[in-house]
Amino acid sequence: MSRGSDKIFIWVMRLATYGVVAVIAWILLDIIVKGAPGINWEFISAYPKKSGAEGGILPAIVGTLCLVIGTIVVALPLGMATAIYLAEFARQGKFTRGIRLAVATLAGVPSIVFGLFGLGLFVLFLGMGASIAAGCLTLACMILPTIIVSSEEALHAVPRSLREGSLAMGATKWQSIRTNVLPYALPGMLTGSILGIGRAAGETAPILLTVAAFFLPRLPSSILDQVMALPYHLYVLATQHPEAEKVRPMQYSTALVLMILVITVNMGAILLRVKIRKRLKW
Amino acid sequence: MKHRWKDKAIRLAFTALASTSILVVVLIFLFLGKEAFGFIFEPGLKELLNTRWIPVSFKRETFGIIPLITGSALVTLWATLIAVPISILSAVYISEFAGDREKEILKPVIELLAGIPSVVLGFFGLIVLAPIVKQAFGLSTGLIALTGAILLAFMAIPTMVSIAEDAIRSTPKSFRNASLALGASRLQTTWKVIVPAALPGIVAAVMLGMGRVIGETMAVMMVTGNAAIITGSPLESVRTLTATIAAEMGEVPFGSTHYQALFCVGIVLLITTFFINFIAQKVLERHRDVT
Repeated sequence: MSRGSDKIFIWVMRLATYGVVAVIAWILLDIIVKGAPGINWEFISAYPKKSGAEGGILPAIVGTLCLVIGTIVVALPLGMATAIYLAEFARQGKFTRGIRLAVATLAGVPSIVFGLFGLGLFVLFLGMGASIAAGCLTLACMILPTIIVSSEEALHAVPRSLREGSLAMGATKWQSIRTNVLPYALPGMLTGSILGIGRAAGETAPILLTVAAFFLPRLPSSILDQVMALPYHLYVLATQHPEAEKVRPMQYSTALVLMILVITVNMGAILLRVKIRKRLKW
Repeated sequence: MKHRWKDKAIRLAFTALASTSILVVVLIFLFLGKEAFGFIFEPGLKELLNTRWIPVSFKRETFGIIPLITGSALVTLWATLIAVPISILSAVYISEFAGDREKEILKPVIELLAGIPSVVLGFFGLIVLAPIVKQAFGLSTGLIALTGAILLAFMAIPTMVSIAEDAIRSTPKSFRNASLALGASRLQTTWKVIVPAALPGIVAAVMLGMGRVIGETMAVMMVTGNAAIITGSPLESVRTLTATIAAEMGEVPFGSTHYQALFCVGIVLLITTFFINFIAQKVLERHRDVT
C-alpha cells in the first residue's frame, strides 16, 4: 500500500509514453532541420537532372498526386458503398460474415503482397503494364478496409431514431438513408477515408512492383504511363544512388516534402474529427 | 409499387458493390497461386525447405526460404520484445492516468507516428539510427537485425497502443469502483483488476502489431543489411521475406523459377499474416462479447 512506490511506477509509465513522443519529435525535427534548407521553388518545380542528384522533384510530386487522386476515385465509392451496405442493408448471415471476414483479411495483407497481386492481375494478366492505372487499383485494394471500417463506424454513430422517423413518414429505405443518415455520417466517413488515403500516398512497396519508374524526367500523359513517385524516389536516392552521401541534402528534402504531404492529409483528418465531435452531439 | 421496385434495385447495387472485398481476397489468393504454380513441378515445393537462398548463380540456384523465415522471425521477435512493454505502459498511462487535455494531445501525436511513411522511417534508420547502433555495439556495420527491430517496434507501437487503450477503456466501470471501494490504490486497481480484465484485448493488440511488423517491407529492407543467412543473433545482418520480394522482383524475368519462388515467398507471408490476424480478430470478438 505504499503510495511512494505508486508514484514511482506512474512515473515509469509516463516516461514510456513521453519517450515515444520524444522519438517522434526527434524523427520529425531531424528531417525538418536537414530537409528545409534544400526546399525552394526550383526543387518542387524542376525536373531532376543527373539521375536525381540535381534539379527538382516535380515528376515525383505529380506522380504521387496522380496516384492519390486515382486511388480516391476507385476506393472511395467502393469503400463507402460497402460500409453503407454493412451498416444499413445487411442481414445477419453467411454473406455478411463473409464480407466482414474479407475486410479483416484485407486489412492484414502485407503491402508487398498487394504489390505481387497487382503485378499478377493488373500489370500482367489485364495487360495494363507498369502504369498509373495498375498502381491506383492496387493501392485502392490496400486502403479499402480502412475506408470501410471507419465509414461503418460513422454510420453506426447516427441515432436509430433519425432512420425510424423517416421510415415512419413513409419514406423508402434508400430515401431515409440518403436524406436522414448520409448527411450526418458523411463527415465522419470522410475522416476515416482521409487516413487511408494518407497511407496510400506514403506507401512504397506496392507501387515498386506496379508503377514506379526509377528515373523518368517527364510528366505522365495518360493513365497507362509509368510515373515517378515521392516514396520510391526517396528510396532510390537513399539506397541505389552511386553517390548516396553526396545527394544527402536531396534525400532529406524529398523526405520532408513527402512527410509534409502525408502529415497535412492526416492532420486534416484529425482536425476534422475533433471538430465533428464537438459539433455533432446526439 | 414503383418505389418498392426501385428500392430493390438499390439494395442489389449495394450488395454487388459490397461483395468486391470478397472478390479481391479471392483474386489475391488466385493470382499469387497462379504465378507461383509452376514451382510445384520444377523444382518442386521441397526446394523451399533448402537452407540456402541463392537465386542467382553460375552453378546451381537454390531457393530455400528457411533463412528468410528465420530472418523475419528474428526481426519480429526483437521488435515485439521492444514494443510490447512500451506500448502497454503507454496504453495504461493514457487511459488511466493522463488528464483529459493530456489525453487529447497524446493520442493524435502517437497516431502521427503511424502516419509517417515507412520509407521515411527507413531513411531515418539508415542515416541516423544505424550509425548509433554500430557505435553502441562496436560493430563493423549498423545494418543489422536489431536496427530493423527498433524501427519496426516504432511502427508497431501506434497499433498496439491504440487497440490496447481501447480494450482498457472498455472494461466496466464497476470493476474499478469495486476495487477502489475495497481500499486498493489506483495503481493496484489498474494492474491487478483492469489490466487482467482487458488482457484479451491487449493480446489482440500485440498480435495485430506483430502482423504489421512481419509484413513491413521498406524500412526493414533499408536497414537490416539483407544477408540471407540463418542466425539467432540480433547483431547480424538478415534478410526478411518481405525485403527479398521487394529487392529482387525488379530484376527477375517474368515466369522464371526465381520469379515463381518470389511468389511462393508472398504466399508464405500471406498465410502467416492471415492466421495472426484471424486469431487476433477472434480474441477481440470474444472479448467484446464478454464486456
